[in-house]
Amino acid sequence: MTARYPGYDVLAKRHTLSWNEATRRVVDKRLAVPREPRFLTTDEWATLRAVCDRILPQPKDRPPVPIAAYVDDKLLENKIDGYRDAEMPHQGEAWRIALAALDGHAREAHSRRFHELAAAEQDALLTRMQKGELSGDAWQGMPSRKFFAKRVLHDITNAYYAHPTAWSEMGFAGPAAPRGYVRMDANQHDPWEAAEAHPGREAEALAKNKRVV
Amino acid sequence: MAISPAGDPFENPRAINGRAPDVFTEGGWVPMRHYRDEEEVDFAIVGTGAGGGTLAARLAEKGFSVVALDAGPYFRPMEDFASDETAQNQLYWMDPRIVAGDTPLTMGGKNSGKAVGGSTVHFAMVSLRFRPEWFKSRSLMGYGADWPIDWREMWQYYAEAERALSISGPVSYPWGPKRPRYPYRSHPINAAGMILAKGAEAQGYEWTPTPLATVSAPRGKSHPCVYRGWCRFGCSTNAKQSALVVWIPRAITAGAEIRDLAMVGKVEVNGAGKATGVHYHREGRWRFQRARNVVVAGYAVETPRLLLMSATDRFPDGLANSSGLVGKNFMTQPNQAVFGDVEEEIRWNKAPPSTTITEHWNYCDRKDFFGGYCWMGQGPLPIEWATVQVGARGVWGEQLWRDMQNYNHQVGVKLVGECMPDEKNRVTLVTDEKDQYGLPITRITFSLGENDKALIAHGLDQMQQSMQLAGVRNLFRQDNDYNHLGGTARMGDDPRTSVVNADCRSWDLPNLGVCDGSGFPTVGGGNPHLTIHAIALRTADRIEALAKRGEL
Repeated sequence: MTARYPGYDVLAKRHTLSWNEATRRVVDKRLAVPREPRFLTTDEWATLRAVCDRILPQPKDRPPVPIAAYVDDKLLENKIDGYRDAEMPHQGEAWRIALAALDGHAREAHSRRFHELAAAEQDALLTRMQKGELSGDAWQGMPSRKFFAKRVLHDITNAYYAHPTAWSEMGFAGPAAPRGYVRMDANQHDPWEAAEAHPGREAEALAKNKRVV
Repeated sequence: MAISPAGDPFENPRAINGRAPDVFTEGGWVPMRHYRDEEEVDFAIVGTGAGGGTLAARLAEKGFSVVALDAGPYFRPMEDFASDETAQNQLYWMDPRIVAGDTPLTMGGKNSGKAVGGSTVHFAMVSLRFRPEWFKSRSLMGYGADWPIDWREMWQYYAEAERALSISGPVSYPWGPKRPRYPYRSHPINAAGMILAKGAEAQGYEWTPTPLATVSAPRGKSHPCVYRGWCRFGCSTNAKQSALVVWIPRAITAGAEIRDLAMVGKVEVNGAGKATGVHYHREGRWRFQRARNVVVAGYAVETPRLLLMSATDRFPDGLANSSGLVGKNFMTQPNQAVFGDVEEEIRWNKAPPSTTITEHWNYCDRKDFFGGYCWMGQGPLPIEWATVQVGARGVWGEQLWRDMQNYNHQVGVKLVGECMPDEKNRVTLVTDEKDQYGLPITRITFSLGENDKALIAHGLDQMQQSMQLAGVRNLFRQDNDYNHLGGTARMGDDPRTSVVNADCRSWDLPNLGVCDGSGFPTVGGGNPHLTIHAIALRTADRIEALAKRGEL
């Protein structure tokens, strides 16, 4: 797939007026999160990684955003959401229950663990979870539909879209402080925003994105 | 949260030892009055947002001794605020809460705040007046409950609040009775705001630049807004006129003491049935601040929580609760949206999220449900936008990844609507789960009523029509979002049907007050902060008048 914002890297603005020290600090810390599990077990980790790969499949031609590591970090650090549905256990417990249950469903249907299934088989199970069709003792009373909405989608998208790689590929201008923007009309952008590739003019966008300042 | 040179705002209190952070100067301090716990101050105020922060400043300026406590940290916006959605979760009330009911709410985000300055630190700055009839919605419009205050009096206090916050707005406002010109010129309209205008005009509805509490010209030490668009994650340039930037410095200058990282767990009441002070947790221990009067301003969850937690033998159902209404009539505001995309590059992350608004359906009564709503322009940032995609459309996988790349072409409008008060919607204490302070957490039970559903359906249809007429394609609806809260300690004229009177004083304990959004009998169809501000300004004047007559 051709990049929509060719050559654009939001990190290239790290030392411009668009990034303040507080932003550099939190992004640096995020980029340094260990890639190995510290909360989940090795088995749980394998399942989680497989789930992340299906919820947000990533291009193979760039370093992946370590989504599972961010989910694990959230659980380890007990960064909670400020609320919990009455039918849901605490986030760490919810993930442990669901990851085990998912493996159980995979074994039941395919005699393999979830991470060993083909992508289509994994998607089928995740779709059933989204619809609340997965149930059984392994779920310990937790509605699979709510787990999918409140944990799978929430934790995984929150992890992915907190990463500069995600910002760059969607053309998001990213951090902006103390400098904001001066062009706010349609089809206008400042030199420190991502340039979109228009058919036949990809090189123009690439050139602009290489000197985002 | 990585530590800044300014130190970790969550680790130790900053407003201590006779000084408080100067939010306008990196590393700067301002001198602050310090009261000993044993000193009986005139007012202990719990919470420092639009209600408590405003009240603290005005009471101190009137010569009262004031200690205002906040459970949250005292941020230095220029040093502590990253342009980062995740890191800025630090602004919200993230302590555990249970949500239940048919429409369990999402808490811990835009509808909560835990900081000196409260939710105003991350509000979207939309500064609206109520429609006058809403103050008598029961008598005049047949729904909800009447406020004990006349709209003409409120009109004066709205004007005072607009001046105090230097609201940037249009030369003339299209709806309602005449109001003074806004103090500051309106902000430029971004591309997303233009789409709203185009749709509204095609429908034959009026629209206007949104009155906003961020300055369009210099004001004191606040530079004009730079349109960075991170408003709801904290303004790192201090253009936003939050309580942290406006009222807290005024309060300190006038002699009030602000205590950050000070969680109040109980209001103490003596044998005579008078509040005598507050028990609060700070620097690892429980302390007690004596006070002649206590005002609770913790918003619609924490305010009833504190009143309920303060139960005594004499008041076994909690303080100020002889009506049985503390925690009941919990309201939110429907916050549904219609989104789509356009050929043009919109780049809706730039500028405040709402630069235009239409209040058409707040003022037009040709509809078959009670209450009203407005809608306004939108500018969600990546995580928020992904949350809309997965929550409203249920997409994930390759499609989510691909659709997210359309970000710069997306556009949409979002309503803020009126929810009906219903006693079944309520905040209660959970007895078997405690928070980090050892206090019982809350359970928030909410179910949409039939009227709420009718309002939402109408709003979604109207917004969809508007976006269609504006030429927006691939429309979809976000039907499951809610925001501002209210109602859990309602004000009224009758002690049997309300918790506090028009002066925000509780009927049961006259020296205990509530001054925040929980006092709202109805929430109206617009963002509440300006009304909270106006009520707080009025309350300060009333307290001064009562004190002069010896009736405090």
